[in-house]
Amino acid sequence: MNVIVEREKGLLELEKRINALRSLNAEQTLDLAAEIAALEEKYGQLQREIFGSMSPWEKVNMSRHPNRPVSSDFISELDAFDELHGDRHFRDDPAIIGGFAKLNGRRIIVIGQQRGRDTKENLRRNFGMVTPEGYRKVKRLIDLGARLGLPVVSFVDTKGADPGISSEERSQSEAIAQCLFSLTVARVPTVAAIIGEGGSGGALALALADHVIMLENSVYSVASPEGCAAILWGDAGKAEEAAARLKLTSEDLRNFGIIDEIVAEPLGGAHREPAAVIASTLKAVSAALDRLSAKAVEQLIDERYAKYRRMGRWETQSREMAAVT
Amino acid sequence: MPMPEWLRRRRAEPEAADEAALWTKCPKCSEVLYRRDLISNLFVCPRCKYHFRLNAFDRISMLIDGDFVEIGNDVLPGDPLGWVDKKTYPQKLAADREKSQLSEGVVCGFGTLAGFPIALGVMDFNFRGGTMGTVVGERLTVLLEMARERGLPCIIFSASGGARMEEGMLALMQMAKTTAAVARLMSAGNYFISVLTDPTTGGVAASFAFQADVIVAEARAMIGFAGRRVIEQTIRQKLPENFQTAEFLLEKGHIDMVVERSQMKPALMRLLDYGLGGRKEPAEQKIPELVVT
Repeated sequence: MNVIVEREKGLLELEKRINALRSLNAEQTLDLAAEIAALEEKYGQLQREIFGSMSPWEKVNMSRHPNRPVSSDFISELDAFDELHGDRHFRDDPAIIGGFAKLNGRRIIVIGQQRGRDTKENLRRNFGMVTPEGYRKVKRLIDLGARLGLPVVSFVDTKGADPGISSEERSQSEAIAQCLFSLTVARVPTVAAIIGEGGSGGALALALADHVIMLENSVYSVASPEGCAAILWGDAGKAEEAAARLKLTSEDLRNFGIIDEIVAEPLGGAHREPAAVIASTLKAVSAALDRLSAKAVEQLIDERYAKYRRMGRWETQSREMAAVT
Repeated sequence: MPMPEWLRRRRAEPEAADEAALWTKCPKCSEVLYRRDLISNLFVCPRCKYHFRLNAFDRISMLIDGDFVEIGNDVLPGDPLGWVDKKTYPQKLAADREKSQLSEGVVCGFGTLAGFPIALGVMDFNFRGGTMGTVVGERLTVLLEMARERGLPCIIFSASGGARMEEGMLALMQMAKTTAAVARLMSAGNYFISVLTDPTTGGVAASFAFQADVIVAEARAMIGFAGRRVIEQTIRQKLPENFQTAEFLLEKGHIDMVVERSQMKPALMRLLDYGLGGRKEPAEQKIPELVVT
């Protein structure tokens, strides 16, 4: 059960009533302005109550909202897109879509993790959980971009890499490890946008980038709150507590220097005004590409190395621990 | 060869006075083994060939000819998230330091293996399940960077439950950091060998462990991305006994070879010989006093 979907129900009811009154009002049979205003005030109040300050667990649920825009929604707003398929070895993984695209006239490679929007599509897309074939397609597209000098833009939205038998039989570990390797050495600008759930290594395989953007209510975590709770508390029911501890919100991660930029969402979440959120995300991606493309390749590579080299803050920790022990 | 002084100092040997410490039960076949026999058999059960999980320094002593110059042991963990579950993270770290006699989950340094100067990193499952947090990532990165500067081959023995949850996303980012260091090492032309030991999973398997020129697995090691329990819960059925074993991975074509513990040093010696073209005499100037800056 998604707590955001549950809480939204009252709001959606209210919204329906307001709209009904509005259309009645438009027919001018009755003057309902006062009643509409009262309901709108109530609506605003309720909206602020629910979404004004969301807990990490609420954001986890928001990131999984069934109506939240998915990768294909972002990709279809690009100037052009031609999908490229398959890993050239085994199969085409529907949990990854990618290919040639244009953004503000710039030629790019775009890659996205694709959740389904309904049960049928989710079954086909494996709920956005990528198999080794999918990661090998990702690696192929990164390498293609690097070879042709096309920047790589990725949209990240996955609970995690597929944990099935066949994924293990075809080495999920190696597939992810090679995506990371290709993203590290790619001699082109790389930009990643975490648009929903960024689940562990399966997300990082697309998210290692020169510039990492997160939608405000997206989450990005070392493990799913449920998995973390099961392992550390021995109780998956502690997921809410785990979510609070894991520091998985966009704000936390910007403070740690793990992501670079947050794209704001309207009150109520990205699915309330998807067109606006998609437009501002693509604008942020484009601005990052402008900035990164102006750099010499060697500088780009050096700065990418330095960026990830810094993560961990061990010097400070070393001193702190020395003081403790 | 007598035990080198650095090992004598650091290895947690059971006191012979305690009767219980003289005997160890094999977790696989339940055979009760005389501890001294077990040690002389390189911690492999003589009956069922179960390979006990090794203390990092025991592993190093089985590989390195003489002296081992450790680096990075001044890189120590903090508590970046202020983590608490059933215990606080600093409490867990203290308990693991006590249990493992290690300051963190990996030991890194320089020495020679059958005459070949190498950079060596050895993870230890006894410390936080060998999980990779910021310290493991930092120590390995420093090792890889120094190997590159010195033109040395690098060998990393993995044993890991994956990324360390108590350090959150900072732990996950160590996959990116170590990958970047591996890429630099390999593009400089240095030889990189990865040895997967029991168990190698999650974020460690999905980064440096599967990026090497040659990937070796110790016999019977459990290796995979997702944990066995996670998969069983997902598919709601029991997995076959040999699933995710080194032998299974060899059959599926994921790794280059499976090596018994007793054959590990000779196997690595041959791999170094093929990769480097003849045995290099340990060059004094290549292993100077090491200080992490």
